[in-house]
Amino acid sequence: MSRLVEVRDLRIQARTDAGRIVEIIRGVSFDIDEGEIVALIGESGSGKTTIALDLMGYTRPGCRVTGGTVTLDGVEMGALSEGERARMRGSLVSYVPQSAAAAFNPAHTIMDQVVEVVRIHGSMPVAEARTKAVGLFRALALPNPETIGERYPHQVSGGQLQRLSAAMALIGDPKLVIFDEPTTALDVTTQVEVLRAFKAVMRKGGIAGVYVSHDLAVVAQIADRIIVLRHGEIQEAGRTADILERPQHPYTRQLLAAFRPGAAPRPARLDQDEAPLLVVRDVVAGYGKRDANGLPALRILKGVSLELARGRNLGIVGESGCGKSTLARVIAGILPAAKGEILLEGRPLAPDFRQRRPEDLRDLQIVFQSADTALNPHQSIGEILGRPLAFYHGLGGRTREARIDQLLDMVRLPRPLRHRRPGELSGGQKQRINLARALAADAKLILCDEITSALDTVVAAAIIDLLKELQRELSLSYLFISHDIETVRAICDEVVVMYKGEKVEQLRPDVNDGRPTQPYSRLLFSSVPQLRTGWLDGLAQDPELTRAFAQR
Amino acid sequence: MNSLILRMIAGRIVVTLMTLLIVAIVIFCATTLLPGDVVQILLGQSATPEAVAGLRQAMHLDQPAALRFLLWLKNLATGDLGVSYVNGIPVAELIGNRLANSLKLAGVTAALSVPVALTLGITAAILRGTLVDRLVAVVTIAVISVPEFMVATLAVIVFAVTLGWLPALSMTGDVTTLAGLIKAFAMPVITLSFVISAQMIRMTRAAVIETLSAPYVEMALLKGASRRRMVLHHALPNALGPIVNAVALSLSYLLGGVIIVETIFNYPGIAKLMLDAVATRDLPLIQGCAMIFCFAYLLLITIADIVTIVSNPRLRHA
Repeated sequence: MSRLVEVRDLRIQARTDAGRIVEIIRGVSFDIDEGEIVALIGESGSGKTTIALDLMGYTRPGCRVTGGTVTLDGVEMGALSEGERARMRGSLVSYVPQSAAAAFNPAHTIMDQVVEVVRIHGSMPVAEARTKAVGLFRALALPNPETIGERYPHQVSGGQLQRLSAAMALIGDPKLVIFDEPTTALDVTTQVEVLRAFKAVMRKGGIAGVYVSHDLAVVAQIADRIIVLRHGEIQEAGRTADILERPQHPYTRQLLAAFRPGAAPRPARLDQDEAPLLVVRDVVAGYGKRDANGLPALRILKGVSLELARGRNLGIVGESGCGKSTLARVIAGILPAAKGEILLEGRPLAPDFRQRRPEDLRDLQIVFQSADTALNPHQSIGEILGRPLAFYHGLGGRTREARIDQLLDMVRLPRPLRHRRPGELSGGQKQRINLARALAADAKLILCDEITSALDTVVAAAIIDLLKELQRELSLSYLFISHDIETVRAICDEVVVMYKGEKVEQLRPDVNDGRPTQPYSRLLFSSVPQLRTGWLDGLAQDPELTRAFAQR
Repeated sequence: MNSLILRMIAGRIVVTLMTLLIVAIVIFCATTLLPGDVVQILLGQSATPEAVAGLRQAMHLDQPAALRFLLWLKNLATGDLGVSYVNGIPVAELIGNRLANSLKLAGVTAALSVPVALTLGITAAILRGTLVDRLVAVVTIAVISVPEFMVATLAVIVFAVTLGWLPALSMTGDVTTLAGLIKAFAMPVITLSFVISAQMIRMTRAAVIETLSAPYVEMALLKGASRRRMVLHHALPNALGPIVNAVALSLSYLLGGVIIVETIFNYPGIAKLMLDAVATRDLPLIQGCAMIFCFAYLLLITIADIVTIVSNPRLRHA
């Protein structure tokens, strides 16, 4: 096999918003053979997308190639004019974006955009390209392949758009396709379908690929080789099986360890007589006009009930739109329930948080997904943590200062951080502050709404470890909401599966060993990618079941 | 087209009609509040009280304001703008001729300035940050900052007085030949184009820059599209709404806001007619002119809104 891509000592600089110049790619070299799929793995800011885009001779505004060469099919991209590079894009090398929803122009039909590559390069008659596109739609397992092209982007689902963007990339018969986190925004059941479609088409055409991702488990299914990146440098490169089974570099080991979270801590004793900490009974909530029975027109939760015992954790999993975040908002009283009751330690809670008693508010705290929007950027960390201390406990002066130091210790952050503002902290540090604020109230129950979703794998794993430690020290309970089933399993003994606003089932460790029994839960759990090669190929799912439940 | 779009457009038209009604009330109140008594002015100082009372009755001025408003509104709805107090000619007739003149001036100005402004705005957006972009920015800022009577007066000094190329007053020479027509229109059109283009250029540039940073434009680049295709095929259709609104706002100025230009060049347009009407307290004429200005303004804004609604594929193919 001949070399399709040769990257030698690539260096790229970027200008930050403050005008500072930083080197974001620091001397990267690698090769890609024809027909080979290579994964670029790394956390956010590792430079994986920048490298991938540079393979197309494109750097985003503000970035500049300062050294090294990229040779594509024998042609050095850096030596070409912009017009010559444009002739290679779409025909020799093409791109599948992370968010197909944003990458499709809302003003044109899908078919127009798919065959645009052919129109630009004049590589074949447009009518012929349309026929070819329909064939690709079929190969990518899209519904109604004959007519789906007539639609506009907003008329099809996210999973379909993602596959349509692959068709757009393949129409020009490229030798290399760059996939930029193409399944990150998708639900797991959809991701399985999309990955399968990608893999089949690539293998059939013998097309080489660059697969950019932060998800090792996904990459394990599709890549021949893996390149691990960090801070713009290659940490380790090797065949997929070698990287997964015999990692050499400490960072790779760290990444792998973060992917294999430990099992949930089993509580030492289960006191059956004690009243449950939280009871949610038959809760209905939603948006829009209320009807005669006081029920909203658009019901997001359709009668959800659950119980959480003291000192234990309850996970809530489900795909986007299943109502899991709404459930957290209803329990917290941000969105008042239209029907049903919520009991905390046996005390009924008012549906609206404004009507709740101060001790109810104190005992139940919520931590939001995005610490960026949940923390006031104009307040120092000390002010952010001091506020609940004054509000719930009337602390002031030296006692409050001492307590702030204590809270920072609890979330394993250095004390001097209290003088900083959220903007000066990293994503993981901000999420720890977000958590410390909930701890400041001395809560008994903390609602964690997707608190690790925006974090890199290694950082997220550290947050999970922190949650476990805090639980041991403070006898807390968590209601842990996430779309990431592995993360939920790492911290929760019981898991509630939700689908379209209803509870499908509650998995308990003492029943069926915590394994799902309902068809939807089985589909959901089996769709979670596993960290071994060949998982996807060996995965047998009932197509009927997939069709019935997968929201693609 | 679907029912959602039709419903939205119908709703927009209802809002326009309601605005027009409110405008009519405001215009009527404002003209009623104008100082001076029409009857006194018409009959002069020496009029007898009987004559004043008689004329007042004949002109329905003795009736309550609300009743007069309803009467005026009824006539307005049937297209009757009333009769001029000053010379007894129907207002519609007075306005008709002048409106045609104003529309001619507006049409020529629009035909000249809209393509130029859009081209300059789009060019500046594509060449963002370059010398061309900065030059366009400086010139538009300068033009916005200079009041139009300044531009008009300078044009007269340069082209009419110093160079002697063009007549200082429009509509004096012959307008039957093309050369004569160009001569008559040149200066008012240039002055008005200066005033309205600056705003259009700036808004178009901003709208195109906004859409050029969209991910689908980057995607087009990665498909091998040329810069021209990225802008014309991908960015522009999505920037249409804000651009059409900017154009409509600028053009609406051409009917109501041209008083200064029409006065300086002595152009017999509707704005100058209204100015004369104010001097003679000719209430029906003032009201008629004001209604036409507001109607033209609302019409343009409504058209722009409808274009925005129709150009949105999410609404068109809901």
